[in-house]
Amino acid sequence: MSFLEYAPAPESTSVLKLKDAYGLFIDGEFVDGSGAPFDTIAPATGKKIATVSTADAADIDRAVAAARRAYDTTWSRLSGRDRGKYLFRIARLVQERARELAVAESLDNGKPIKETRDFDIPTVAAWFFYYAGWADKLDHAGLGPAPRALGVAAQVIPWNFPLMMLAWKIAPALAAGNTVVLKPAETTPLTSLVFAEILQQADLPAGVVNIVTGAGETGAALVAHPGVDKVAFTGSTAVGKRIAQTIAGQGKKLTLELGGKGANIVFDDAPIEQAVEGVVNGIFFNQGQVCCAGSRLLVQESIHDEFLDRLKQRMRTLRVGDPLDKNTDIGAINSAEQLQRITALTQAGIAEGAEAWSPECELPSEGFWFRPTILTNVATSNTVARDEIFGPVLSVLTFRTPAEAVAKANNSPYGLSAGIWSEKGSRTLALADKLKAGVIWSNTFNTFDPTSPFGGYKESGYGREGGRQGIGAYLQAADAPAPARAPGELGASGSAGAGSAAGAASSVAQRVAKAVTKPAASKSPAAKAAAAKPAKTSTRKAAK
Amino acid sequence: MTMERAVAPAQRAVDILGGDVSESALKGYLDGLPGVDAVGLEQRAAGLGTRSIKTSSKKWALDRIIELIDLTTLEGADTPGKVRSLVAKALVPDASDLTTPRVAAVCVYGDMVPHAVEALGAAHGDPDQGLVSVAAVATAFPSGRASRAVKLADTRDAVAAGADEIDMVIDRGAFLSGRWGQVFDEIVAVKDACRKADGSYAHLKVILETGELNTYDNVRRASVLAILAGGDFIKTSTGKVSPAATLPVTLLMLEVVRDWHRWTGERIGVKPAGGIRTSKDAIKYLVTVAETLGEEWLVPHLFRYGASSLLNDVLLQRQKLASGRYSGPDYVTID
Repeated sequence: MSFLEYAPAPESTSVLKLKDAYGLFIDGEFVDGSGAPFDTIAPATGKKIATVSTADAADIDRAVAAARRAYDTTWSRLSGRDRGKYLFRIARLVQERARELAVAESLDNGKPIKETRDFDIPTVAAWFFYYAGWADKLDHAGLGPAPRALGVAAQVIPWNFPLMMLAWKIAPALAAGNTVVLKPAETTPLTSLVFAEILQQADLPAGVVNIVTGAGETGAALVAHPGVDKVAFTGSTAVGKRIAQTIAGQGKKLTLELGGKGANIVFDDAPIEQAVEGVVNGIFFNQGQVCCAGSRLLVQESIHDEFLDRLKQRMRTLRVGDPLDKNTDIGAINSAEQLQRITALTQAGIAEGAEAWSPECELPSEGFWFRPTILTNVATSNTVARDEIFGPVLSVLTFRTPAEAVAKANNSPYGLSAGIWSEKGSRTLALADKLKAGVIWSNTFNTFDPTSPFGGYKESGYGREGGRQGIGAYLQAADAPAPARAPGELGASGSAGAGSAAGAASSVAQRVAKAVTKPAASKSPAAKAAAAKPAKTSTRKAAK
Repeated sequence: MTMERAVAPAQRAVDILGGDVSESALKGYLDGLPGVDAVGLEQRAAGLGTRSIKTSSKKWALDRIIELIDLTTLEGADTPGKVRSLVAKALVPDASDLTTPRVAAVCVYGDMVPHAVEALGAAHGDPDQGLVSVAAVATAFPSGRASRAVKLADTRDAVAAGADEIDMVIDRGAFLSGRWGQVFDEIVAVKDACRKADGSYAHLKVILETGELNTYDNVRRASVLAILAGGDFIKTSTGKVSPAATLPVTLLMLEVVRDWHRWTGERIGVKPAGGIRTSKDAIKYLVTVAETLGEEWLVPHLFRYGASSLLNDVLLQRQKLASGRYSGPDYVTID
């Protein structure tokens, strides 16, 4: 055996204490769902991990009602500082249980443990730490003094970064004073449910965060629910459009983070080794299942051949295989459905004249796998240059001048991300100005930070997550009119509707009351939570 | 060792730049090299550093690390006795386990070369053949602040005394003030001074002292300059300046060597030196070489560790792997 065939280095799964079946997390407790339960499987093997409940309309009603009740009775009454304490506590618990979360995420999603351990989970903790700091500084969020929370946020997240997307959604929502009903993707519910256990461990007041699992219908019922004040969605452009249509005229605030076809632009004066690395990271990170992936390589014609040579050489060292092996670079595709889509689009590209190249590598016999692939001889009109593949497939195009690079990069219905590789700073800045993309990376790619807003142009969606803009998406100015919800609509959701009607009215009143009674010494959040819901024995340790 | 490769000094520069290797031709060439993005380079090095090398891979790695060590003593207090002791350790690193391989070379100051040669006796020779060679630091090591005549005399002395390898330092002052031609000429002259009586050359390792060059762009230029001037190896550091070898700097030098191989088909060696003290660190370098240049580079004439305390940590790890238990520093000899 050669040295480069490193001996197996599997991460132990002994740290996981998974249950055979998971219910919905509503009002602080796990409860059975009313829909037909489904299995979540490990994409690397196709084997079942656990059975998960499906939330139907009645479950959604209960979850939204719980969120409304928690908003009215507890969360909106807490000071920002006390909300922050909970978020800090959650962040610390995520760090404490990082290994367990990393293993669970790798198992359920199929991505390499290297990524969940070094990227996903640390980013989750970072997001909670960052927004914990915002909770008592909302006056500086850009909406004037004393901005108000929106109320109940319905959040629907995708399967590519399950727990990280949860953090991007929940952390700013809670910091701003909203309560949440979140639906994870049906192929990756596991870490959301482990996260629910962390919320119990953190003594977060019941109902502040509710997690409902299920497929598309569950998500549709959630965003359409009249008791919801805010909808945040990350996922495909098609579903994003449907959501926008569904909730039009309902007075709900909406942020959408959708697809992309990011251009990674490499100039002839680029730091070449790092550019190769950045292109690899841009498209093969998380098997390319990244909305902001650099899936179009625009390389200056003068260095095309040499660059491709270097790229192929680098790709030969990528290790595809068991996601739980610490040396794996490329894991499994998340689902059979996604694998089928990647395969079909790649085939379409080849049929249109693209040449496919992949390094030689053995793929496991079970599970869902796709070799890292580059497509050369791609024309701008080809399917693979325009449609989002959402897999480890890079389309290579060329350009001759900076103007042509900009024109080609912008020639897409999407506008989420772009990368510029050049040692010439002035050119990078000039180009960044002209690129129609929400995120532009200079001499790096797929770099994220909670302080930096993230979001798209055009069909990549609207709204920003992260940074000050990210918290602003969950706030309204103090003098904003209360959400206009017709009484008839509220009635449609039964008891939850009644609750939310009261909630919408009372929340403003309570805000005022709170402002008046502000000097009252704020006890620990745990103590307050106990007061709000006496049934729960949460006199345990106070937040420090 | 590939001593048969009798590259005349500066021949490479002539091949690449044409007959007239002028300062401006050198400058134009070195300035045309692609830049290095520091953040990206360090990220890549950090990524390589997370490889998890276990069981059979670790066993292979530990033995190979030993075979690639230049066991070094470079102290003002060095004596013939100390050097004899070092040589004994080089030949039998672990007296409790005679399957332990020998190191590649012992590295000493020039005046200690005769003692090293004598102590090695019949074991003196090419590390690719399982023998141990003698490396000498020269050219007013570590600062390099002496006249060229002194540096050349220093080199000739060591070669005449039987050194197989010369570890020279570049003139960092000249490099930093832009006198690249001067640095180039000096390497060429030292290479010339490496010529042995039989017409072959002692292996030349060119120490860049990357800690003083400060920027990665400088390291890349100096690496190419050293190769153009006839260096057989490029070496990071003297070990007397901090920072000495780092993984990103070594990765960058390996990339230069890879490019050189791509352009010319010629294989240049790399030697990180100073600051590599643990097996864990040394394995990171091994991984970085294997994933950048391929496993064929993990041989004594293409990769070395310059280290003094590394060997004992590797021996402890090796004992642990064999016995399943950690012993302690009292179970390996100090030198």
